[in-house]
Amino acid sequence: MKLNVTVAALICSLAAPVAHADLVIPWLSYRTGPFSPSGIPAGDGFHDYFSLLNERDGGIGGVPINVIDCETAYNTQKGVECYESTKGQGSLLYQPLSTGITYQLIPKGTAEGIPIFSMGYGRTAAADGRYFPWVFNFPAHYWDGASIAIKHILDLNGGDIAGKKITLVHLNAAYGREPIPTLQALAEVHGFEVDFVPIDFASSQEQKSQWLDIRRKKPDYILMWGWGIMNAVAIQEAANIRYPMENFIGIWWSGSENDVLPAGERAHGYKALALHRPGKGAPIFDDLQEYVFDKGLAAGTGEHAGTVLYNRGAYGAMLTAEAIKTAQEIHGVAEITPAMMRDGLENLVMTEEKMAANGFPNFGPSFAVSCENHGGGGEAWIQQWDAHATEWKLITDLIQSDKELINRLVREDAEKYAAENNIEPRDC
Amino acid sequence: MVEQLLYAIEVSLNGLMTGILYSLVALGFVLIFKASGVFNYAQGIMVLFAALTLVGLQAGQVPFAHLINAVFGTRIYSFGWNLPAIAAIALSAMVMVVLAMAVEKFILKFLVHQEPVILFMATIGLAYFLEGFGELMWGGEIKPLDLPLPVGISDTIESATFERFGYGFFIDKLDIAAACVAAVLVLSLVLFFQYSKIGRALRAVADDHQAALSVGISLRYIWVVIWSIAGIVGLAAGIMWGAKSGVQFSLSLIALKALPVLMLGGFTSIPGAILGGIIIGVGEKLFDFFMNPIIGGATENWFAYMLALIFLVFRPQGLFGERIIERV
Repeated sequence: MKLNVTVAALICSLAAPVAHADLVIPWLSYRTGPFSPSGIPAGDGFHDYFSLLNERDGGIGGVPINVIDCETAYNTQKGVECYESTKGQGSLLYQPLSTGITYQLIPKGTAEGIPIFSMGYGRTAAADGRYFPWVFNFPAHYWDGASIAIKHILDLNGGDIAGKKITLVHLNAAYGREPIPTLQALAEVHGFEVDFVPIDFASSQEQKSQWLDIRRKKPDYILMWGWGIMNAVAIQEAANIRYPMENFIGIWWSGSENDVLPAGERAHGYKALALHRPGKGAPIFDDLQEYVFDKGLAAGTGEHAGTVLYNRGAYGAMLTAEAIKTAQEIHGVAEITPAMMRDGLENLVMTEEKMAANGFPNFGPSFAVSCENHGGGGEAWIQQWDAHATEWKLITDLIQSDKELINRLVREDAEKYAAENNIEPRDC
Repeated sequence: MVEQLLYAIEVSLNGLMTGILYSLVALGFVLIFKASGVFNYAQGIMVLFAALTLVGLQAGQVPFAHLINAVFGTRIYSFGWNLPAIAAIALSAMVMVVLAMAVEKFILKFLVHQEPVILFMATIGLAYFLEGFGELMWGGEIKPLDLPLPVGISDTIESATFERFGYGFFIDKLDIAAACVAAVLVLSLVLFFQYSKIGRALRAVADDHQAALSVGISLRYIWVVIWSIAGIVGLAAGIMWGAKSGVQFSLSLIALKALPVLMLGGFTSIPGAILGGIIIGVGEKLFDFFMNPIIGGATENWFAYMLALIFLVFRPQGLFGERIIERV
């Protein structure tokens, strides 16, 4: 009997998540493969911010941060392998930087009690915290993005876009298809026509027939949900058919320097949504220079600092760090568990004061996460590419998505997911 | 109706141009298969490696900079030069020759007389090695191609067709340039194979390794020559495709488009690669044009393979491939 109790205790101690000496944060990176031009700067930004916290502040709450890099090459199977191989090391949360991997990790993280933070990507319905207690996609998700793009078009047209033709060019994958139901719902509300042009990943390099089709149909506006090489080729082809770039708007994953530089001057005027500010204007870059780059601690060369995807990585790291601080405050301990991390994420309140204190003044939207709302405030800017200065410029104030409509769509989709998977909602 | 016909003609012309671009990639496969019976799985990576080398050399990037800096604690990234396009292309071609010599010295020479499948597997290994090596050498970032290539719609064709038909056709100037490059390459290769001494030796090796060896033809030398030519053809393909999207690792995926071209045109025929490319290019574009309204697009990827499969059923050796008859 005594032996059985001992064995049971041992099993429990091995199975239960325990607090570790470090704050372990896995980063599912892709520094190799066809999406590496996007994965490298994002990974650099993420690593460099945590290196800064370790060097300058000794970690968070006095506990050093240990970022574990696991290479996925943007391959879903490898992403799952990375999760399996690192979850036992005290991993506090996962940030897959891939919608495909996120889809696979949602049931795993939920079952094993490890939060998934898919910032601005992944399954949109996960914004409904009643059904997805372990998944977070703040500060805005794909459906917010679709709504914000349409709101911007509404602003450009005096609030009336009835009869306008809007085309969505999208990657023919779960990620690319995400905004379709939202755009269909918005088309009903605002009376515009919408059609969809899917592009297979394997055909991303050759999009001639799609753009010939667009040339014939002459849409008033084009939206793009692309990633990797698809973005660069699409912008090039749009320029080839002389499509007015200011009417071409990408989601925040179709708005990095990688997407516009290959087209050179011809990309001038292209627009994209922005979850955060581009450029090196924020004070955080001075600290990064002093504590990370000058000390030779940069994850890369430091040359990506200020690019859209570097800033995305650094911004994601800052939100993660704030969630850790929140968890530490809630539970009164510095060394937290994944369950505590989840509490930190769910009670995160990002204010302008906090961002400024972290060196990110006016860098991203202010928002609050809650039990019910894991998707944040649903705000983004519109940025426009200035090919002469080779930089992105914010051209609008923060635009709020049509929350009434989006929340209804999210609720419906979450309920459908829950019904298919026998998930009971929790009380919020 | 007339409008639809004009659109279909425009789509066909663009398919033809795209097909020629596919052929540029397929040519590299054909050359190596023709001379050595090896299906070079690494050809797509060679296209990428050649393009990476070109932009790296042109921009004065220090190869292996990350490795050097990590080991020696230095911060050297650039030589500080910007080479003229011609010089960068010539130097990149030389790098591809050196790569061919290395492939022969470190891989192929140990595999003489081995089964084709062994050689094929060796090229799979080479592909993965070269992918990592290229990334280590030049980095994984996207690099814009800085060559004076024409891009964008051809105003001449657009205005001429508009005057004639009342609808201006879209033809990309880059595609026209690619067609010219492909024509020059094919003509040069055909002449080289037919009339040069090395070309005759290449054909002899292709026909029978043993017999070629017995008359004093150096198999190793021929392999270096053919892998060099395939590398230089890969450089041409890398330039044309890289001009569309910048040079990045997705370039290697274009090899997926070359496979149905090879299945259709035959693995041993240079004209077959060109014609196969054109059939695939025109076929996939027309299919997408007619079927898009019905099934919603994104057909090109699978349609190319389906078309190649249909050809295979009726003509397994491809349009121009050599028919293999083994008698008992």
